[in-house]
Amino acid sequence: MKRLKKFFLLLAAAPVVAFAAEATVHLDPAPVNLTDQESLQRGARVFVNNCLNCHAAASMRYARLQDIGLTEEQIKDNLLFAAEKPGETMPVGMRAADVKAWFGATPPDLSVIARSRSADWLYTYLRGFYRDDTRPSGWNNTVFDKVGMPHVLWNLQGEQVPRYKTVGGHEVIDRLELVKPGSMTPAEYDAMVGDLVNYLVWMGEPAQLTRKRTGLAVLAFLALFFIPAYYLKKEYWKDVH
Amino acid sequence: MSALQKMMGWIDDRFPLTATYKAHLSEYYAPKNFNFWYFFGSLALLVLVLQIVTGIFLTMNYKPDAALAFVSVEYIMRDVEWGWLIRYMHSTGASMFFVVVYLHMFRGLMYGSYRKPRELIWIFGVLIYLALMAEAFLGYLLPWGQMSFWGAQVIVNLFAAVPFIGEDLSIWIRGDYVISDATLNRFFAFHVIALPLVLIALVAVHLVALHEVGSNNPDGIEIKKKKDPNTGIPLDGIPFHPYYTVKDIVGVVVFLMVFSAIVFFAPEMGGYFLEANNFIPADPLKTPPHIAPLWYFTPFYAILRAVPPMFGSQFPGVVAMGLSIVLLFFLPWLDRARVKSIRYRGPIYKIMLALFIVSFVGLGYLGLLPATPIATLFARIFSVVYFLFFLLMPWYTSIDKTKPEPERVTG
Repeated sequence: MKRLKKFFLLLAAAPVVAFAAEATVHLDPAPVNLTDQESLQRGARVFVNNCLNCHAAASMRYARLQDIGLTEEQIKDNLLFAAEKPGETMPVGMRAADVKAWFGATPPDLSVIARSRSADWLYTYLRGFYRDDTRPSGWNNTVFDKVGMPHVLWNLQGEQVPRYKTVGGHEVIDRLELVKPGSMTPAEYDAMVGDLVNYLVWMGEPAQLTRKRTGLAVLAFLALFFIPAYYLKKEYWKDVH
Repeated sequence: MSALQKMMGWIDDRFPLTATYKAHLSEYYAPKNFNFWYFFGSLALLVLVLQIVTGIFLTMNYKPDAALAFVSVEYIMRDVEWGWLIRYMHSTGASMFFVVVYLHMFRGLMYGSYRKPRELIWIFGVLIYLALMAEAFLGYLLPWGQMSFWGAQVIVNLFAAVPFIGEDLSIWIRGDYVISDATLNRFFAFHVIALPLVLIALVAVHLVALHEVGSNNPDGIEIKKKKDPNTGIPLDGIPFHPYYTVKDIVGVVVFLMVFSAIVFFAPEMGGYFLEANNFIPADPLKTPPHIAPLWYFTPFYAILRAVPPMFGSQFPGVVAMGLSIVLLFFLPWLDRARVKSIRYRGPIYKIMLALFIVSFVGLGYLGLLPATPIATLFARIFSVVYFLFFLLMPWYTSIDKTKPEPERVTG
């Protein structure tokens, strides 16, 4: 019987082992910390100043930024460029048709971008632009090959070029080398992208901190409720033999 | 006579309230030896109620319109008070419904709960399972994400594989040449009205049939055979209320703890309950590189893909997939063993059941992955085992060495 069990276990494990070896693009871990309100606020500023020019966040209301510690006045004075009232959602700065004509595709809405792409993917993507003269925009990306979006933050990061290595007869990108520095040092740029990704993760589900807090209360209640439920059952079942 | 008794008398003269209460709760005698596996029936009922209640509240803010559906879900997640909780309870409830139902069905397989005289309970149960699959499939289109759209596209295209009428059949189902606004509207109607009605009716007859013959138990023996000569109550039976109601409350609390842990801390469940690609709005022009159905359909999806196309048609795969579910209906007549419960069955059935479970779980895992040659090979092996479990059952259950059943239940 023991040998049989082993056989079943092996049989069940075989496909798992067979597929574990699939190749994936390496992603850098994003420094996500939703309790760091200053980081979220910095990220919100970067987002509104840069991303909203071409992308919309049609499900995100400006007023919701109060959840990350901004006052309504601060939102009105510093962030409200494209809309009139804080109760409005974040529209795109340009006309969608223009943007499509320039970049070949309508830039995706970013409301839930951190949920369809992971935080790590976004963090790697925003740091992974490199010069590529074969592309119409002059830019390509390590995690999104032939991307339509140009490197919007290039004046901050500077220009990177790829250095290749040969793996199994194929040339693949080994690393990116900064050939023309931008206005930020690489460490400053990474920190800024980190803030932006942190913000995108928060914006993907603004209720997520409330959700976790509520969850603790619910689980605590259920744990307490378990005690009388358990002893009630025990009491009733005393006479069942 | 107190006022309350008077009122009950008044009602009982006009409606069998006390009689119904007695027949189904306070004087419904269930075997006293139910174990862990017997929690899942009442839990399935709980999840059904949760799905209906959360569904009603979702319907108040959801827009079944191809242009608005995706955004209206995000509106629920952000702007509706507690909308995120209602939505996550509903999406988690869908998956947990299948978790509970699969465990409930496995219990039936282990203890022979489908055997005479419970064939109809089993058949109603399989119908519930079918209705639940339809309900889940229809509901998954509603968020109108990429996976909603392309998942529905793949499944509706299965009907197009039916010879001669397939093309027209698939257009009739979609109401269009592609999945579109018309499809979304009709799927919404089926999801919120038609299928829930069917489900509730089936659950009702499932319970009526159960209470007519009485529950099976882990020993697979009939408690009605040994009754108290004076009262006529089964010696091993205890009234469902209060014994199993208080016991089920404990089960409900533990279940809700697992449920809440998912809802509040991992609502996406690593992409198994809510897929990352479904946070991208449906785009009819952009096919995702890998379309996988939700985890509860993947065993059947793997069977579908395991069958190679014949005469240039996918139809044999569709037939195999359909057959894999139809076979469940015949289970009561395929099993020829002298005993019901796995406790008294011989080694052959135990091995076959274990192989069946490994195959089912294995198929479920493979259905999530892209079809590579090695995945297809494993899917074929598992599919063959899945079918042999049913098709060889009359033979292996009749030659299996069984142990004698006890006279009374064994705790």
